[in-house]
Amino acid sequence: MKSEGNGRILGRVPAGEQLPQERILNFNEVVLGYAVEQAVAEANRCLQCKKSPCMQGCPVGVDIPSFIKLMKEGDFRGAAGKIKEKNSLPAICGRVCPQENQCEKFCTLDRKGKPIAIGRLERFAADFERNSGKISLPKKKKSVGKRIAVIGSGPAGLTCAGDLAKLGYEVTIFEALHKPGGVLAYGIPEFRLPKAVVEAEIDGLKKLGVEIKTNVVVGTSVTIDELFCEGYSAVFIGTGAGLPRFLEIPGENLNGIYSANEFLTRVNLMKSYLFPKYDTPIKKGKNVVVVGGGNVAMDSARTALRLGAKNVYLLYRRTEEEMPARAEEVQHAKEEGIKFRFLATPQKFCGVDGWVSGVECVETKLGEPDESGRRRPIIKKGSEFSLTADVVIVAIGTGANPLLLRATPGLELNRKGYVLANQNGQTSKRGVFAGGDIITGSATVILAMGAGRKAALEIDRYLSIL
Amino acid sequence: MFRILNKEVLAPSVIRLEIEVPDIERKAKAGQFVILRIDESGERIPLTISGFNEERGSISLVFQEVGKTTRQLASLSSEDCIADIVGPLGRPSEIENFGTVACVAGGVGAAVILPVAQALKKAGNKIITILGARNKELLILEDELCSISDEFFVTTDDGSKGHCGVCTDVLNELIAGGQGINRVVAIGPAIMMKFVCKTTEPHKIKTVVSLNSIMVDGTGMCGSCRVTVGGETKFCCVDGPEFDGHLVDFDELMNRQKIYLEEENLALKSYETRDVKRTECRCKAQKEEGER
Ligand SMILES: Cc1cc2nc3c(=O)[nH]c(=O)nc-3n(C[C@H](O)[C@H](O)[C@H](O)COP(=O)(O)OP(=O)(O)OC[C@H]3O[C@@H](n4cnc5c(N)ncnc54)[C@H](O)[C@@H]3O)c2cc1C
Ligand SMILES: Cc1cc2nc3c(=O)[nH]c(=O)nc-3n(C[C@H](O)[C@H](O)[C@H](O)COP(=O)(O)OP(=O)(O)OC[C@H]3O[C@@H](n4cnc5c(N)ncnc54)[C@H](O)[C@@H]3O)c2cc1C
Ligand code: SF4
Ligand code: SF4
Ligand code: FES
Repeated sequence: MKSEGNGRILGRVPAGEQLPQERILNFNEVVLGYAVEQAVAEANRCLQCKKSPCMQGCPVGVDIPSFIKLMKEGDFRGAAGKIKEKNSLPAICGRVCPQENQCEKFCTLDRKGKPIAIGRLERFAADFERNSGKISLPKKKKSVGKRIAVIGSGPAGLTCAGDLAKLGYEVTIFEALHKPGGVLAYGIPEFRLPKAVVEAEIDGLKKLGVEIKTNVVVGTSVTIDELFCEGYSAVFIGTGAGLPRFLEIPGENLNGIYSANEFLTRVNLMKSYLFPKYDTPIKKGKNVVVVGGGNVAMDSARTALRLGAKNVYLLYRRTEEEMPARAEEVQHAKEEGIKFRFLATPQKFCGVDGWVSGVECVETKLGEPDESGRRRPIIKKGSEFSLTADVVIVAIGTGANPLLLRATPGLELNRKGYVLANQNGQTSKRGVFAGGDIITGSATVILAMGAGRKAALEIDRYLSIL
Repeated sequence: MFRILNKEVLAPSVIRLEIEVPDIERKAKAGQFVILRIDESGERIPLTISGFNEERGSISLVFQEVGKTTRQLASLSSEDCIADIVGPLGRPSEIENFGTVACVAGGVGAAVILPVAQALKKAGNKIITILGARNKELLILEDELCSISDEFFVTTDDGSKGHCGVCTDVLNELIAGGQGINRVVAIGPAIMMKFVCKTTEPHKIKTVVSLNSIMVDGTGMCGSCRVTVGGETKFCCVDGPEFDGHLVDFDELMNRQKIYLEEENLALKSYETRDVKRTECRCKAQKEEGER
């Protein structure tokens, strides 16, 4: 098939989306994805560059030109298979990768401002395969007769488990919550990542023979040393960065003030948006203030809107440029009417009868860059202002949960409390490997998956030379 | 799925369930709790482990019917199943030989204090138990607690049994009477724990309380359970549930316990008006749901 165009570069094929005024009334997925013709048309824009610069931007090295070529030819299941050689969760990554900073940023056509919609295509191929009901199971090596324990069922744990199962290991995942998926299950909302998609990917793992034990908190229900005694040959820690940070300003324990983790867990994992059909309650604010500027803040703000808020303010202490959220989510949040207040930060929460009633804020300006390279916000004197609020969601980041780490002698941590591991995931404790947010701090789904994959290879190497 | 082995009604709307969870039974220590979810649409609620049975690989939970979830839990019977139980959670009680320990229990607090009192007794302490309830019908676990106590007092608000009044009356008398109490463990409604702490504070008797803040995950992930202790924010599920009562901000705790009052009433109402209450086991139905 010849590539489209005679020097003229067509724009990206837009994917269907629910209209903003409709979608804020439901929790259904916002982006509807491509139809077959759209997917082929978008694939046809790809130049099949010899050096495939796009691949440099993908942390797991998906063979982008090859899968797109198969899509041009209409072989969507073949494309899905191609992607899965490197990325075991394509339906998820196609939806949530920050493509504008990864694969699409390196696409030759990005220079013209029209990079190939690689994420959309990836999603299409994966959805096509799933909907066809004929999901090809990856090949599995002969059993090596060794058991591996994976702690945590987020993208790091799932990928590590899948890869080890393919290598012939017997893998058990231990998950603290009652549902597997990690942030994919409890954090990222249904309207961005339908839970059915996550469940289907997890089913695929189960078909590979991975056993998932929910309701097990490693560290209290069982310790890592006990897992070794029970006959596991190696342990992978993929427990994420799940400890919520608070602002530590006056009034933060007033009723109506949530950590983003709590707010999103209630809504996504416990389905409180369906209360009282589901038992878990949630406070539905009329005037909601969200503090933070990442994906978590966007998800919280847009969730609050869907729960019926009239006004949702998002306070971010730097400018739009520094916001770490995916570009698409910021765009969607704006369309939906989230009110952004850049260069502002809360100083105090006010309350009436024990309930939050408002947030006292102050404006900031940007000073010298800090260690992360972003310019540090400085408080502007005399710029105080206040916002009315009956619900506040604090989404200023997370840290490492010490529960498991405290219960694991011999496991070294870094200054910030994350697990210390080399680039292959080897920790200071023999037979124990780690990857994902628990070593890097909050990052991305695809990086967590990449870490899970590297650790799987390292575990295989470690066990074969043992 | 976790099987209920036995169900007992201890007092009006106070139930004891024995549940088969060998993995938890093996690990749990006095003072720890579990979080359970009855079924697919259920909420996660914390309940303290009140007893252990090594042979049967079971734990017992004692709870009071206060709202939708506890009401539904009370409607289950032996051989029914519960979808999820996770634990043991929280830090175990500090068990040492302190000398003389006064265990003050209010309402279902008796069930929570029982394993702690048993462990303290085993560690060689002299145990003085003060068991309080609104009336004699609501007194639970009297025999169990009495059997491990060196001194045992009962108080009821209406005087239908034991001392007429509240448990702090007896505690006050004991302290005034020169009983050398080295430590107090107080477990019950927040307001009762607050007053016990007020009673012991002037005498500088270390008082341990077990806080019941609203929880979701129970692993330190959500911050729903945050409480102020000694001016610092702590997570009840991982830093507690037991804390030094003299440092606890009880007013904040009581305020936070009220967050979902409105929703809780709504949930209870909608449960009560449901045509068919789910009294039979839902294992099968859930399995089918799961497969769909
Ligand atoms: C709201 C939100 C939105 C996000 N949006 C995006 C996005 O759009 N794109 C993107 O790329 N990234 C996004 N991220 C970041 C991304 O989700 C994370 O970087 C990624 O999930 C990390 O994966 P992980 O496997 O390391 O850990 P997690 O996904 O955090 O999973 C860890 C799992 O381990 C379990 N666990 C923890 N401790 C124990 C224990 N002791 N025993 C047993 N189990 C335990 C936890 O319950 C959890 O299920 C978002 C994050 C959040 C919170
Ligand atoms: C560590 C801990 C141990 C506990 N142990 C026991 C016990 O052994 N026996 C017992 O009877 N009760 C115990 N509780 C309290 C018990 O969890 C609540 O009574 C129960 O959750 C009420 O649920 P409901 O739906 O029936 O009532 P609701 O109508 O929902 O609530 C009634 C009251 O219970 C509290 N509550 C509601 N939801 C939660 C929740 N998710 N987490 C915590 N509290 C909540 C609130 O203060 C609320 O006002 C414990 C609580 C904690 C935190
Ligand atoms: S996995 Fe993510 S970064 Fe890699 S190609 Fe797919 S969307 Fe791009
Ligand atoms: S860089 Fe862009 S145009 Fe070139 S092969 Fe990759 S996706 Fe296609
Ligand atoms: S219950 Fe979620 S942090 Fe304690």
